[in-house]
Amino acid sequence: MTGPPSAAGRTPPGAAGTRPLVGAVHSYDLSTGVDGPGTRFVAFLAGCPLRCRFCHSPDTWYRRSGREHTVDQLMAEVAKYRRFISVAGGGVTISGGEPLMQPAFTGEVLRRCHADGLHTALDTSGFLGDRADDALLDATDLVLLDIKSWDPQTYRRVTRTGRVTPTLRFARRLADRGTPMWIRFVLVPGLTDDEANVAGIASFVAGLDTVQRVEVLPFHRLGAHKYAELGLRFPLADTAPPDAALLVRVRGQFAAHGLTVY
Amino acid sequence: MTGTRTVVDPWRGFSDGAWQDAIDVADFIRHNHRPYTGDASFLTGATCRTLEVWGRLRQMFVEERQRGVYDVDAATPSAITAHRPGYIDQNLELIVGLQTDAPLRRAIMPAGGLRMVENALKAYGYEPDPTVRQIFTRYRKTHNDAVFDAYPADVLAARRSHIITGLPDAYGRGRIIGDYRRVALYGVDRLVAERRAHRVALDAQPSTDAVIRDREELAEQIRALGELKEMAAGYGYDISAPAGTAREAIQWLYFAYLAATKEQNGAAMSLGRTAGFVDVYLERDLAEGRLTEIDAQELVDDFVIKLRIIRFLRTPEYDQLFSGDPTWVTESIGGMGSDGRPLVTRTSFRYLQTLYNLGPAPEPNLTVLWSPRLPEGFKRFCAQVSLDTSAIQYENDELIRPRYDDDAAIACCVSAMRVGKDMQFFGARANLAKALLYAINGGRDELTGDQVSPPMPPVGGEVLDYAEVLDAYDRMLDWLAATYVTALNVIHHMHDRYAYERLEMALHDYPVHRFLATGIAGLSVAVDSLSAIKHARVKVLRDETGLATDYLVEGDFPCFGNNDDRVDEIAVWLVGTFLAKLRRQRAYRNAEHTLSVLTITSNVVYGRHTGHTPDGRRAGEPFAPGANPMNGRDTHGLVAAALSVAKLPYDLARDGISLTTTVTPDGLGRTRDEQIGNLVGVLDGYTDAGGFHLNMNVLDRATLTDAMVHPERYPQLTIRVSGYAVNFVRLTPEQQRDVISRTFHGAL
Repeated sequence: MTGPPSAAGRTPPGAAGTRPLVGAVHSYDLSTGVDGPGTRFVAFLAGCPLRCRFCHSPDTWYRRSGREHTVDQLMAEVAKYRRFISVAGGGVTISGGEPLMQPAFTGEVLRRCHADGLHTALDTSGFLGDRADDALLDATDLVLLDIKSWDPQTYRRVTRTGRVTPTLRFARRLADRGTPMWIRFVLVPGLTDDEANVAGIASFVAGLDTVQRVEVLPFHRLGAHKYAELGLRFPLADTAPPDAALLVRVRGQFAAHGLTVY
Repeated sequence: MTGTRTVVDPWRGFSDGAWQDAIDVADFIRHNHRPYTGDASFLTGATCRTLEVWGRLRQMFVEERQRGVYDVDAATPSAITAHRPGYIDQNLELIVGLQTDAPLRRAIMPAGGLRMVENALKAYGYEPDPTVRQIFTRYRKTHNDAVFDAYPADVLAARRSHIITGLPDAYGRGRIIGDYRRVALYGVDRLVAERRAHRVALDAQPSTDAVIRDREELAEQIRALGELKEMAAGYGYDISAPAGTAREAIQWLYFAYLAATKEQNGAAMSLGRTAGFVDVYLERDLAEGRLTEIDAQELVDDFVIKLRIIRFLRTPEYDQLFSGDPTWVTESIGGMGSDGRPLVTRTSFRYLQTLYNLGPAPEPNLTVLWSPRLPEGFKRFCAQVSLDTSAIQYENDELIRPRYDDDAAIACCVSAMRVGKDMQFFGARANLAKALLYAINGGRDELTGDQVSPPMPPVGGEVLDYAEVLDAYDRMLDWLAATYVTALNVIHHMHDRYAYERLEMALHDYPVHRFLATGIAGLSVAVDSLSAIKHARVKVLRDETGLATDYLVEGDFPCFGNNDDRVDEIAVWLVGTFLAKLRRQRAYRNAEHTLSVLTITSNVVYGRHTGHTPDGRRAGEPFAPGANPMNGRDTHGLVAAALSVAKLPYDLARDGISLTTTVTPDGLGRTRDEQIGNLVGVLDGYTDAGGFHLNMNVLDRATLTDAMVHPERYPQLTIRVSGYAVNFVRLTPEQQRDVISRTFHGAL
């Protein structure tokens, strides 16, 4: 689990001699089994270019909703859990928001963790995948890649501001360079559940050699109160979570391609 | 059922050791136990016979749940030989013996307190017996009466205002674990001979108060051992000699435990550490072809059925305080030997397997002594059982063993003791959150305005000053510690005189080592309040008499449970400070003071009797249980909360530090295999960090909500609450809501 020696302590581009690299961090959490393998320190970075209708964390959309942290400050928080994580098994996940909104900060945190022997994961929509340089990906053991939809119109309708092409390009790049991936797909009745839409993702993902699993995440409304607190309208307030039959169908579509699906 | 002895040499095949010359069960286990490092695949399910016996009881449980009790013998004060033998079904039972002459018929034990007995009888629609009343008022004094003869006014005031709550002054104190294994290994006659030798040796000692008391106690112990033999004879067994088979070993051991529960209505009647001991006998019988694995499991199942129907008559208020009808038949399983070999045996697995064969249940209170060094197969089985039943708790073997050696067991929820070598004087909790309010108010109660402690200077000013509050708190804690230890000294003096545990103490070494086990409640409330005063601005709102009744907090402050040293160190300071103050108070019989950070569901009741606190908690709101962070204030997940709690040094709270957590299965991983592996990892990490105790509930909110509405669908739904498991459907609606609203970690 040790990183390439050259990656450790590398000065980020443009940062030499200037003020330390600062990132906007919304919050952090310790989680088990849901943000990558084992028990993980999960940093939620603030700021996201997408406005997914099902988003359960609208409080992370803007960079200004995070608190400024230097890399050292965030690493000091990670250090409090270093031993627990090594005994329990797990690692560090950089999530968001969209961590690739802040590629220099994200890259440096991943490098520092990786150099420290921690398993690292990047939780991203891939929409800004082009901003992840090779050094960042060298320090990333696993990418949790959220593919919102296959059909371009649906992708637009779901994310309101995004396009699917950059995500697919990023996925192929990860597969080409051998980076393991967990693909995530949020299943929203009436929005992302179209059979052809799911089939498109499934056959695309089946062609990526480094995909270890697909997680079909049933839409939920547990973030609705956050919209209310922010004075925003929750676009899917009236949408029910998918029923068991729909989940079985969609998971089946992935499984039919020989993918490991949860 | 037959008591015929079939085996000539009961110790055949055992390895020699010091245990043969002296009473030393730990030494016997060290010489004879066989560690098991495999997985759970050898286990077997319940037999038809087991299901038949258990099925009969399950039908009775329905009625018991509806009425509160199934039946009571209101006329017979219980004693070891007070009741005729009783059976569930004499033809089906493998292990026999009931507390009274019928299953679930509860006994009365007025020596602890007649009031409690009569109140309980009336509450459940039984007429108190006039003869019993005459005996225990005119001829025989009770522990309860004696305590109130000797309580000073301070204690009465502290008790009335609930700053000290749950004192065992109206019933049995409990938490004493007899080494019930001794009866199986040595037979009663050998134990009597050993007691006689101690008794005779005391003749040469000058007759001081202490020596006279010891002589009398030893004489009582010898008498109780005789009654134990008589009780067993009633069931057709001669237990004067050692047990010769596994079935006999379990039977002898159970008789000893049963006799204790016939004599004492202890708050906790814990079993000890029996699985490893029983395993030696089961493995010998298996090797001799006397038993198959199915038979071995069946014996364990039958034993556990008996432990599940231990009952005491208590008042509905008592059950409300402790959630349901707890007996704390705690059994400690697993752990590592001091020689580095695991103490995990096949019977460790067999005990846990009862949660499948009989379904989940709160009793016996199965407690796994966890070490990261335990065999992987056992760790994974424990995690699996937790996922499936939520019915086991974990305690840190790496903290216990260096201090109590490798034959320690947990009494009640978190109190470790060396089996047969240590006993404890148990006593309730001091409410440290309320004490902080008293400090601010100069000893006046924030709810009634009454002066409870001697008058002290209140903390003045519009905004609380941290240094000033600490000074006042320090003075108040001095008074609280003195009052608290005084109460315990009175209680235990009188308990020894009027409700002495003759049989349990007969199964301890002489002389025995004693703990004075104190406890605190409201740690996280007190600590967050101090954090608010230190890190934010806390304005005081006073009524017309100057009494501080509410607080306004301006600004943010760190809360306990987020792995943040700025507040966690206040918690460490507070626990250490209170322990030091307790230790300055002389303890009855020179007991060693210990402290626990443990509340059962009594955190609800403590909260109800405590006014608004400076952390923003509203009057009457429940405290967090045990050492838990306050509900909802731990914002970084379970692991961060657990690491805050793990910072409390065990040596400051040797009576135990409790943490209760709830996770949903999908908050542990996608697949069952992942969930098991991740839970093992969390337990290893928490243990490694020095965390002492963990209750692990694996549930989803929907299940609990549904169980509130449809209790009849969930008769066996078990959740762990601060140190022991309860039937969820037996909680009050208030407690159920508390459990549900308590940080429901959707993900760990």
